[in-house]
Amino acid sequence: MDFINGAELLRACNENNISISEAMKLRERAIADDDTTMEKIRYSLSIMKNAVKKPLSHPEKSMSGLTGGEAKKIYDNFEASKGILGSLAEKAIAYSMAVLEVNASMGVIVAAPTAGSSGVLPGVLLSYAEENHLNDDEIITGLFNASAIGYLLMRNASVAGAEAGCQAEIGAASAMAASAITELRGGTPSQCLEAAAMTLANMLGLVCDPICGLVEIPCQSRNASGAMNALISAEIITSGVHFMIPFDEMSDAMLSVGKSLPLSLRETAMGGCAVTPAGCKAAKMFSEKIN
Amino acid sequence: MNFLSIFDVIGPNMVGPSSSHTAGAAAIGLMAGKLCPGKIKKATFTLYGSFALVYKGHGTDRALLGGVLGFNTDDLRIKNAFKESKKYGMEYNFIFDKDTVPEHPNTADIELESVNGYHLKVRGVSIGGGKIKITMINDIKVEFTGEYSTLIIKQHDVPGVVAHITQCLSDDSVNIAFMRLFRDSKGGTAFTVVESDEAIPDAIISHIDDNKNVLDTILVQPR
Repeated sequence: MDFINGAELLRACNENNISISEAMKLRERAIADDDTTMEKIRYSLSIMKNAVKKPLSHPEKSMSGLTGGEAKKIYDNFEASKGILGSLAEKAIAYSMAVLEVNASMGVIVAAPTAGSSGVLPGVLLSYAEENHLNDDEIITGLFNASAIGYLLMRNASVAGAEAGCQAEIGAASAMAASAITELRGGTPSQCLEAAAMTLANMLGLVCDPICGLVEIPCQSRNASGAMNALISAEIITSGVHFMIPFDEMSDAMLSVGKSLPLSLRETAMGGCAVTPAGCKAAKMFSEKIN
Repeated sequence: MNFLSIFDVIGPNMVGPSSSHTAGAAAIGLMAGKLCPGKIKKATFTLYGSFALVYKGHGTDRALLGGVLGFNTDDLRIKNAFKESKKYGMEYNFIFDKDTVPEHPNTADIELESVNGYHLKVRGVSIGGGKIKITMINDIKVEFTGEYSTLIIKQHDVPGVVAHITQCLSDDSVNIAFMRLFRDSKGGTAFTVVESDEAIPDAIISHIDDNKNVLDTILVQPR
């Protein structure tokens, strides 16, 4: 079993009457048996679970001091029933931002697909799992589904902010999560790809402009935004709405937009948020702190 | 193109914050440490390019040091690598070279000295997503990633050594994925690098070392 684009993935699913997660699992047999793969993915899941929870009770400041403690505030607000969005969305926001806190304070995370976007997938999947009482095997089904989308974007487009901006990095993570939730909600493989494509469209053009060049601001709240975008697409598509641009075409469009972004907006800290007066001030303070 | 696995997408498992500046740096350090036989007493790191400019917020220095101490990219001890190094009894020194323009923006040189007097200089580059390449050993250009079971053989550049190595590989039923010879000058010192999909057996080291023109054989298993 192998596939190199969304169309081939869809054909493989339809011909064999399998889900995207099953197709990805079969594909992995080229390099490892199922038991080895399952053992490794369970370990990845355990890291994700720790990363979404730890900062809620034990927040830690980042290496730079720019972030730390945000997820706890959001989660406390949710627990006090003071949130705006409802429990799934509120948890997804807190969890996805928590992972970025772990990352920025040199804790252990699973890049998914990158460190800078590592909050989106666990944030969405683990909040959805809690709200819908899913077990680990079901969450892992989501991880397999998501990795199929991530693999296709890595292969055919880009997931690197330095190459194609944040739309490639958090955009990819968000598309992965949208597809995973769509499958877990009973969506077809075709709907999963539609949800992923819609997510890419919704995040198209997003630039990569980290303050001080650090994976903190605006990365942390963009992970929350990516988590929301995933839930929005999954909601729309599983309601029976169609998205007219095929996944492969959307993947090409994302890469093309990414390549046309100026260098200043591709992880160089020379544009966007990074060069606002506030961003420059933070950079100056940080550079004084380390010298 | 290498096969992209689920764990290339959902992975690596790593200490943050950056796959290129933290996980990649740890992987370079880990590889350098594995290439140096015996307990290491001193490590000198020279960081170039982006590594030299933004190492601080990314913990690149701690990651390189932790790697040399044998910590994997997801080992929490990386954060406390300075303390861990003292505990281990290894001196360290960092040089941040912001002037030299390296071929690759994320480059580090690591010089190691072991208690038994072994000296080693390794250059590694972090090429994105936590992936790395070793591009130089003791000023001789080489190229390998450490993603395969890898044999690094230091030898005199004279006829017959490569034939000897391939005979040993054949005797020990090692299926070669890649094999390349690197040298500084004709007749000088050379490195043969052999990479295999399957784990190369440890026993092969003594077989290869049997040849008088082989100076050193190191076997590194993938992470």
